[in-house]
Amino acid sequence: MLTTETLVKELVEKNGRTRNSLMPVLQGIVREQNYLSDEAMICVAKELDLSAADVYGTASFYSFLDTIPRGKNIIRICKTITCHMQGKDDIVNALSNALKIKIGETTHDKKFTLLTTNCLGWCHKGPVMLVNDEVYPELTPQKALEIIEEYAKKTVI
Amino acid sequence: MEKNLKKVDIIFETSDRCTPLEVLEKTLKRSPDDIILDLIDSGLKGRGGAGFPTGLKWKFTRNETSDVKYVICNADEGEPGTFKDREILDRVPEKVFVGMVICGYVVGAKEGYIYMRGEYNFLLKGLLKKLDDFNQALRKRNIDFTIYFKSGSGAYICGEESALFESMEGKRGEPRNKPPYPTVAGYNGKPTVINNVETLVYTTMIFHMGAEKFKELGTKDSRGSKVFSVSGDTPIAGIYELELGMPLHEFVNEFGDGDTKAVQVGGASGHCVPRKKFNDTIIGFEGIPTGGSMMIFNSSRSMYNVLHDYLEFFTEESCGQCTPCRVGCQQLLKGIEAVKRGERPPSYLDDLKKLTATMKIAAKCGLGQSVGNPFNSIVDNFREEIIY
Repeated sequence: MLTTETLVKELVEKNGRTRNSLMPVLQGIVREQNYLSDEAMICVAKELDLSAADVYGTASFYSFLDTIPRGKNIIRICKTITCHMQGKDDIVNALSNALKIKIGETTHDKKFTLLTTNCLGWCHKGPVMLVNDEVYPELTPQKALEIIEEYAKKTVI
Repeated sequence: MEKNLKKVDIIFETSDRCTPLEVLEKTLKRSPDDIILDLIDSGLKGRGGAGFPTGLKWKFTRNETSDVKYVICNADEGEPGTFKDREILDRVPEKVFVGMVICGYVVGAKEGYIYMRGEYNFLLKGLLKKLDDFNQALRKRNIDFTIYFKSGSGAYICGEESALFESMEGKRGEPRNKPPYPTVAGYNGKPTVINNVETLVYTTMIFHMGAEKFKELGTKDSRGSKVFSVSGDTPIAGIYELELGMPLHEFVNEFGDGDTKAVQVGGASGHCVPRKKFNDTIIGFEGIPTGGSMMIFNSSRSMYNVLHDYLEFFTEESCGQCTPCRVGCQQLLKGIEAVKRGERPPSYLDDLKKLTATMKIAAKCGLGQSVGNPFNSIVDNFREEIIY
């Protein structure tokens, strides 16, 4: 696995050493490390010649740029009205029980973080969740559990 | 002048023998001024929700003197109940690209950007490949325009154009003061055309089919058709392209489940129309405009829950920059909770309505300004459900 410093350097090299590339750089770190560590943000600040506070200030604005440790797989269940009407609570409860965590928490083995999120743009096929970048519409509790089981199997910590 | 509900097939039609690239080649033979005249004549207004005339936007940007200009496709579709842009980018992305290139030719821009919400990143793999092929096709034809891609990271407010520029510039997505408008100073402070995904497809299709044919659709104030995202209590949820200017009751007859109590037109920031007003509500710029979100609620739904959900949404998605919106959204949410619990008298709802009036004047951007739309339309029409 890449060290944080090498990863940041690679991303800066690829996206350019300007403020405009801050978002793609931060997104790239999250893709590799699941969240933005203090170390990563300080590295980015150094590389892009920004203050670390500025980098943190930007990162903390965006809900997909986490600044606290997250699990290897991040589950985001849509909680907006139409998914609510189509039973998102059942999905949340099923996953919460199976993973033994509440919304906002990460499993002990660091495999999963369970979150809710605002409208994912699948209102006609709710309830829906994202696992990392993948989308899973038309969920039932059973279907959601099976999907998570698959992820659990293929995730090596 | 209202129109009957009519389904049309412009955005997604692919049966035609004319490919997007052929439309591009055909259009680039015309003069930029001629293209703008055609677009203004078509009456096309922005399909993201705000409804600014597209032709004028292009014209204003063309009139600016600057070495560098940009064309940006706003694919940060975050309005609850809207999912049309995802479908468009998935099924007919080339039509979007072509709209951007024609726009670049007209205004004098050489770079285009698609800013797509991070929630749609699963589209990336296919989309980037198609974009790559398209950019190569442009180079092969010696067309000096390149389209780049930027991803959002989960912030509804970045769909607001100036917040989107901030985000592209690597900053917090906080809306800017206007003026200056994007046509004067947008991305990197340069003149910028920013159009919604669907708007760009319509420009391509207008150059393909001609402004006259487009104008035949819709009404005087709402020319053409529009892609609607239909969800909620309907047996046929999905995406439908409909002629603008239809009365809401026809929409409900077609899409409702027979027990429709209310329709939220225009997403969380739109208006809630109760059953008794279906007959005299027109969907279009002369009535209730919409970015396409149509959420249908039947009589089993509590409108308190609906409003509560919207207010929670706005409280979370307010960028927090200006006080009227940051504090206003919170207080509206706390306010209806307090009325529900009986800690505040029902008349407190009228105080909260005054707060939305203040937000409408004092909030910096469309988010804070429009929270009053759902709040007032739900409180006025379903007051007893909010209180009891």
